[in-house]
Amino acid sequence: MSTKQMLFSGFGGQGILFAGKFIAYKGLIEEKQVSWLPSYGPEMRGGTASCSVIVSDDPVGSPIVSKPDVLVAMNLPSLDRFEASVAPGGMIFADSTLIERKVARDDVKVFYIPATRLAGENGMPTLANMIIVGKILKELNEFDEDAINAALKKVISAKHADMMEVNLKAMRIGAEN
Amino acid sequence: MAEKVLMKGNEAIAEAALHAGCRHYFGYPITPQTEIAAYMAKRMPKIGGTFLQAESEIAAINMVYGVASAGYRVMTSSSSPGISLKGEGLSYLAGADLPALVVNVQRGGPGLGGIQPSQSDYFQATRGGGHGDYHMIVLAPASVQEMAELTIKGFELADTYRMTSMILADGTMGQMMEPVALDLEVKPAPAKPWATNGTKLQREHNIVNSLSLVPDELEQLNFARYERYRTVEENVVMYEEYMMEDADICIAAFGIAARVSKNAINEARRQGIKVGMIRPITLWPFPKEVFRRAADHVKTFISVELSMGQMIEDVRLATECRAPVLLCNRVGGMIPSPEQVLETIQNVVKNGGAN
Repeated sequence: MSTKQMLFSGFGGQGILFAGKFIAYKGLIEEKQVSWLPSYGPEMRGGTASCSVIVSDDPVGSPIVSKPDVLVAMNLPSLDRFEASVAPGGMIFADSTLIERKVARDDVKVFYIPATRLAGENGMPTLANMIIVGKILKELNEFDEDAINAALKKVISAKHADMMEVNLKAMRIGAEN
Repeated sequence: MAEKVLMKGNEAIAEAALHAGCRHYFGYPITPQTEIAAYMAKRMPKIGGTFLQAESEIAAINMVYGVASAGYRVMTSSSSPGISLKGEGLSYLAGADLPALVVNVQRGGPGLGGIQPSQSDYFQATRGGGHGDYHMIVLAPASVQEMAELTIKGFELADTYRMTSMILADGTMGQMMEPVALDLEVKPAPAKPWATNGTKLQREHNIVNSLSLVPDELEQLNFARYERYRTVEENVVMYEEYMMEDADICIAAFGIAARVSKNAINEARRQGIKVGMIRPITLWPFPKEVFRRAADHVKTFISVELSMGQMIEDVRLATECRAPVLLCNRVGGMIPSPEQVLETIQNVVKNGGAN
């Protein structure tokens, strides 16, 4: 019996919602109970974005994640806003290209990934999100390429099927860093 | 069972409506339900249906009236301020005894309010929403799966009882994604001999109208309608009971408030507190009987709502005030946390309200 509560945060355009959706789909494929809830605002693009993802062996009660076991912060305002909410013993994944400060808490595991820089260097500037996802899966011991591919198939429309390979590559880069 | 897919609640409503044979959708965009219109805009033209973005909410509900008169399954959707605009049309639908499905994905009010989730249109929905004596069948989903299932149920009940069914959801239900199975059974629409679909020179003209100027005739129409409502109250009530067998404290909550409350109940049970929940799925007809029976052993009721306390009145009426009913709420787009609900439960125990 386990429940993983995850919060993905950053600014609009970083693929925050997509990353959360990928994790939710991967959970669904692995026959877990899942929920995905975006914060929504009046803006169409830009602004801040976050989404709550729950992956559980049990039916999901509230879909709202207020004490995440896993926090992804892809910019400084997100880390500032959510750092204190992480459950003790939880994990924080921070994009260290965009966040210069260190996490102040000492009761959580912190992973600094220069995701935006790695994405740029590897010719995939829009995939910093999936680099971080790769790192999360590695740290959770869930980096299973079959499940990853199956989930990618669900979240990438047939029209963009050529993006499958590069998404997988981004996750591999994340897992190796 | 069919493969489960991840869908937003709004999309699940739209897909389920198509599944139920709805081929006419009229609406006007408003957050947080616009995905329903977007989905319909994409799908309807491909399956020979009609998607029409009306010039206003008022226009949309009157287009619904027209298609319902012709005997077809039809729907509109909106969010709180938009539903107020539809109020006149809702009353006319009731006055003409037309079946239709109306979706309200609620946001904080009153006025233009905000765009975050709310349940503060409970009174409006359960008391009719427009003028005159009438009711709608009000369905309150608490998961994306139920968004789909209750949409289909809503069409079926509307046809059976010649009433408007309303899906009363909220921003979280509309925006969240959960796995949903869409291989749902749909009962075919019943014959509608009253529909204005052409006489083919084989019958008298049918007239669909809500105007009736002779008082004693209008009185009879009202009496007959309320006879029908009594049948609905006997046959349509739906609810979920959660850990109620031995409960000293009973939470009343629907939709997202019920989801949050379940977390709190599970934690309270771990602490040895005997608490359960009755989750109304039909808000009208309200599950009076199950609350009345619960009041035989429950010492305190707690109504958890995203409103200033609306359903709490129905809980008090149903339990005939035999036990205190407390309110645990947030409003304006805020959602009670499981911790807030748990604290309310713990305070009841501390104050002797569970003995």
